[in-house]
Amino acid sequence: MNPIIQRNPREAADAMVWNRREFLRSAAGLGAASAFCGFSPLRAAGLPAGQKVIVATFGGGARDEETFAPEGRENIPNMLGTLLPQSAFFARVQNHGILGHYVATASLATGVYETFNNYAAVPPDNPTIFEYFRKGLNRPAADAWVVAPSNGFNRIGESGNRGYGAGLGAGVILPKRLLKAAMPVNSSDDYSHLLRDNYEEPFYTPELAGNEIEFRQLEDILRLSMGDFKQHALTLSSPDELSVYVLRQLMKQLAPSLLWITLHDIDVAHSGAYSLYIDGIRRSDRLCADIWKAVQDNPEYAGKTTMFILPDFGRDSDFTAGGNGFQHHRTGDTLSRTTWMMVLGPRVRQGTFIDRPVESLDLVPTLGALLGFGTPLAQGRPLAEVL
Amino acid sequence: MQPAELSAAGFSTYPPQAGEFARQHLILLRQLPLALAVIVLREVIRYDWRFPAERRTLESQFSWLESLPAEKRNQILGPFAQLSLSKEIAAFAWVSRPQEASEQMTADLWATHQIDGYHAAASSYAEAWRKDVPETAPSTPRLCVAVLGPGLRAAGYPLFRKLRPHGVFFPQVDPASNMQAILDKLSARLAADPLPHQHWYIDGGLAEAWSEARITRISWGELEPLRTAILQRMQSVIARPDAGPELLRTVLAETTPADVGLAGSAQDQVLSRFKISVFTEGSGTQIFATTFAQWTVREALRRAQPSTMVVRFAPRQRQLPMDQLLARTNSGNVPDPEGSLIDADMGVFYTWINQQRLTGSAQASFVAWSQELNQAVAVGPGFPRGTVSSTRVHLRQLLA
Repeated sequence: MNPIIQRNPREAADAMVWNRREFLRSAAGLGAASAFCGFSPLRAAGLPAGQKVIVATFGGGARDEETFAPEGRENIPNMLGTLLPQSAFFARVQNHGILGHYVATASLATGVYETFNNYAAVPPDNPTIFEYFRKGLNRPAADAWVVAPSNGFNRIGESGNRGYGAGLGAGVILPKRLLKAAMPVNSSDDYSHLLRDNYEEPFYTPELAGNEIEFRQLEDILRLSMGDFKQHALTLSSPDELSVYVLRQLMKQLAPSLLWITLHDIDVAHSGAYSLYIDGIRRSDRLCADIWKAVQDNPEYAGKTTMFILPDFGRDSDFTAGGNGFQHHRTGDTLSRTTWMMVLGPRVRQGTFIDRPVESLDLVPTLGALLGFGTPLAQGRPLAEVL
Repeated sequence: MQPAELSAAGFSTYPPQAGEFARQHLILLRQLPLALAVIVLREVIRYDWRFPAERRTLESQFSWLESLPAEKRNQILGPFAQLSLSKEIAAFAWVSRPQEASEQMTADLWATHQIDGYHAAASSYAEAWRKDVPETAPSTPRLCVAVLGPGLRAAGYPLFRKLRPHGVFFPQVDPASNMQAILDKLSARLAADPLPHQHWYIDGGLAEAWSEARITRISWGELEPLRTAILQRMQSVIARPDAGPELLRTVLAETTPADVGLAGSAQDQVLSRFKISVFTEGSGTQIFATTFAQWTVREALRRAQPSTMVVRFAPRQRQLPMDQLLARTNSGNVPDPEGSLIDADMGVFYTWINQQRLTGSAQASFVAWSQELNQAVAVGPGFPRGTVSSTRVHLRQLLA
């Protein structure tokens, strides 16, 4: 019998997490003792003006086995070979909240474990990072944007909190809605591969009706004609590629200081097709490298952008009896709650490996400390290793 | 309502055997914490269409709990009692609608950060039960054969990578090997142990022609009318103005064999309900044949705990937007042989894991075979771990 199965499932999961950390130390060359505790003191207060932040989340969750564990390395050549050596890497990012994509991503954005119905199109209860940013630094609406899949994320830019909320949030662009808006009625065949949504729940499939808001976003914000947008979309292979295209367009036209993109192709795992899940991870790996390259190629961003890459959470272990392995994230087991975070940027000490457990809630206070604004209602603590 | 307030009349809407079972154990049910009572009744209400192994499990747990001294029982059930459930759960009709109540309770436990505590309570409960009532290994060691059928191919793909460390890899299987060898083995095991639902053949494509009625047989091809009916049912819910995930789950959970043209005898109801559950409880089973095969064999192993399991994976259709797949507006969609092979390879690994969860796992045998690539891996007694055989071997030899 497999010794892993013979163990208590939690012990087995812990062992797998441990194996990943050991692997990272040895294979990625990030294991110097000084790197574990040798981070710099807080320097956020001294950051020069014009600093920018990009947060890229793997909405859909990815497991160790398919990413940083030895057998998963083949799926993340860009992160492993290009991004990891430039990054501070948090090996144990724990999510103790609800493991549903919208509510978990909202929790990442508020720094509080949100508890609303994951299937409801509601705003987060607590102020988002975008509201803290705009209110704290008195920034205009055009300086904070979210690019998100269309399944319920349309409310993520702005909370329902009375002290923040209305008028202080980020603009939210749902690329699939943009595409639908640009397409003539009943002409989706050529673009159908870009309109895929997740497979967890049929009702996540969005109402893809274009309207005037989408037209305005295309023409006024992204400075794209419908024809150009459609033409470029034909060259793309997935919804996430469309999202990154929109992100780059935002960077080019508005150069916002705070950008948040949620990739979501990975969530096809809910259909039970392992090959499609792997395809999603490989695509996310490539797209994260593309985003970082876009940062380096854009004078508005190069040298002054900190980028955070993290899955919203993991997925169930193969060995947790209540689940069905990679397909879902329903058991709340150790692997589904434990993931990683990569931080790149001019102030980041490259090649740092952080072994201590941190929480996904730490992201918001870290961003606040980095850019110099308060996040009073957020829980978690600033991550000193990247400040 | 709290469990202490339960009465025999509360089970009047239950199917006959389920109602009788609940009434027989009413005294115990009244003493359960609410969280456990909801989960237990979710199982009890389906008693009439449960497999024999599931009935034995339920009966065993009730007998065990009833046999415990009050102090020990309270100690075991304590972690469930410590969970703080919302008033809405107690106010809900959890006796007559335990499935919906359990979904609400799960959402409540997640939202209140008690889900880990619930899982811990469930684990310690199961451990205590199995410590007092150990499982007995089957008299005949279990056998599972997983086949990667025709049409599953990908250039250079390393097959059985996850399974190889656990047994012997055979890269040269005699091309003359065929499904008949497996079906013959299935017949022989059936003849030796002809209990119902102990020998299964699940096919992710069109099943081999076979007249043996005592084998529990399910295939993607044969279930096409059922799959169509379920998808139509889903579409009808999606089109409703009050549509939503909760409504869809409720409608699917309430699907009866009569709703989808599966009328039959009481005994047929067990299998009919199982077939329906594959499409109503599984995710992706309605659209991908590989997911259908993996989930069906998982559920069959978990629920029926069979002695013999044969599963064959077949190509699935290519990925399309979910609304197109659900609405079946993709009649021209073609198979995805490469993706299907990768999916099926993982499905084979999961099938082995699920077999290992059953009693007698140390004596069980597992054989996986690719019809296209003439490769196999065998796991179990007599197959040294992590080894490769250079010998050309016929499938019958691996099944001997």
